[in-house]
Amino acid sequence: MKIIVPIKRVVDPYVSIRVKSDETGVDTGGVKMSMNPFDEIAVEEAVQLLEAGTATEVIAVTIADSSSDETLRSALAIGADRAIRINCETPLQPLSIAKVLKNIVEAEGAGLVIMGKQAIDNDNNQTGQMLSALLGWSQGTFISEQTIDGDTVKVTREIDNGLETLTLKLPAVLTTDLRLNEPRYIKLPNMMKAKKKPLDTKNFADYGIADDAITAGFTVQKVQEPPTRKAGIIVDSVAELIEKLRDEANVI
Amino acid sequence: MSVLIIAEHNNSELNSSTLNTITAGTELGDVDVLVAGENCADVANAVAAINGVNKVLHADASHYGHHLAEELTPLILGLAENYEHILAPATNFGKNLAPRVAALLDVAQISDITEIVSSNTFIRPIYAGNALATVQALHAKKVITIRTVSFEAASEGGSAGVESISAGEQVGLSSFEGQELTVSERPDLATAKTVVSGGRGLGSKENFAIIEALADKLGAAVGASRAAVDAGYITNDKQVGQTGVVVAPDLYIAVGISGAAQHIAGMKDSKVIVAINKDPEAAIFNFADYGLVADLFDTVPEMTNSTKIS
Ligand SMILES: Cc1cc2nc3c(=O)[nH]c(=O)nc-3n(C[C@H](O)[C@H](O)[C@H](O)COP(=O)(O)OP(=O)(O)OC[C@H]3O[C@@H](n4cnc5c(N)ncnc54)[C@H](O)[C@@H]3O)c2cc1C
Repeated sequence: MKIIVPIKRVVDPYVSIRVKSDETGVDTGGVKMSMNPFDEIAVEEAVQLLEAGTATEVIAVTIADSSSDETLRSALAIGADRAIRINCETPLQPLSIAKVLKNIVEAEGAGLVIMGKQAIDNDNNQTGQMLSALLGWSQGTFISEQTIDGDTVKVTREIDNGLETLTLKLPAVLTTDLRLNEPRYIKLPNMMKAKKKPLDTKNFADYGIADDAITAGFTVQKVQEPPTRKAGIIVDSVAELIEKLRDEANVI
Repeated sequence: MSVLIIAEHNNSELNSSTLNTITAGTELGDVDVLVAGENCADVANAVAAINGVNKVLHADASHYGHHLAEELTPLILGLAENYEHILAPATNFGKNLAPRVAALLDVAQISDITEIVSSNTFIRPIYAGNALATVQALHAKKVITIRTVSFEAASEGGSAGVESISAGEQVGLSSFEGQELTVSERPDLATAKTVVSGGRGLGSKENFAIIEALADKLGAAVGASRAAVDAGYITNDKQVGQTGVVVAPDLYIAVGISGAAQHIAGMKDSKVIVAINKDPEAAIFNFADYGLVADLFDTVPEMTNSTKIS
């Protein structure tokens, strides 16, 4: 079974972002970029399935400009077999990404897609569910565990009041939550090996996608700083804290 | 124009997230609510009694019992043509379902909105809430998920009609095996007036009882940072943050939590924030109304045992 792992390059989670003063977006110039952490978990999970002999091939895919090549190399260093970048100079919205991914999944004949539940830049949490819908496949979202058994996969999902277990018919799209695994630390030799693995650059046309098939579903009119909280005070003791909460804030 | 809201419920009780979604819906038009489940007539009747609801659509079938996205999607698609907006709460229920619906309607989804500017323009947080984007939907039909803490809960007092609608065929792509739900006497984390959250500073699952004791004293819900959940001090459903639950209680007490951006994203709209941390440089103090620089193992039990809190 071939597994496709879609990945996205995002601003590193530990960087504080700045909103551009003209309110057109977030300043990403000169900012440290990383693989979206949930995608890293997805690559790790797919590679574990490869190592266990359950998967035959793991293909990392992104739809982005050439700056994402290094992100694909990281996926290869974790252990993906090869990578595909569909060249695209402007970032696409989730529905468009899902449409492009659908054609790639079909062209590759993949039997499973594992991807992050959300990208930590736009926080949309949509693409996996959309891809699953377009393919007509089952979906296992926000998973913390999966077990493939023949033509089904059993998944444990993190839900609002605990955990839920589902059995999905394969093929399926799975989206990762934080507790699925802990991605391995990339060792230098693997980084070197990754440089020799195939990374193909393709165009929409290679997957039978007309350029005008990719349209935006929304426009971002402006991006603003959130309101800041007014500065608080440091109290000296539990007694003072309780007094403030009771008599000043009236919350206890 | 009409709005369809997908109710979140467990077949016997309505989830409060639906009430916030109804309030958002009434800002957009006449609200119909779909209650799909198994033996969920009680829920349909409860929804009919909520202010602002125009009509309840009740679909009952065993394959809707576990609210699987693959099963509910065709039902919603069948209703979609009558509505300009389709809304669900941005809970794990809505997040799982709404994008599947949007994709098959071939329209964008607008996720996790905190404000409605107009019928096609919405504000939503991005980058863990470090920026607010104003987005304009371009498609005629809009599928939207609602950040529940940003909209008041709709109150009781309505008297809408309940219309039974026929269930679709079972899709059968996925099936429910079981669930492990957190059972607790404490208030629900998402809606509690007070939340006491613990982080890595607690050091162990046993020590986390300190947090629970203070929560019980205050009648509060228990929350946690990702680090506390990852370390197994507490269950996953208690994770507050960018990728967990978003809360906005009257009082949020963060104990042994450093204040990473991903945690702040889930609690910074709380009315009053208290931080207890032994590191005076901890980022959490930048967001706290009241900070106490102290060892949590001394101060939290002192607070719990205080006779000044009744
Ligand atoms: C993709 C991604 C998603 C994430 N999503 C979330 C999320 O939704 N929610 C979330 O919370 N995090 C999330 N995180 C993790 C986040 O970045 C932080 O790692 C996490 O919030 C840290 O948890 P913490 O504050 O408990 O631990 P730490 O950062 O280790 O802080 C522990 C604090 O406890 C204090 N302390 C220790 N001992 C004591 C004592 N005896 N008395 C008083 N204070 C003490 C320390 O001074 C320190 O400030 C996410 C990270 C990533 C990469």
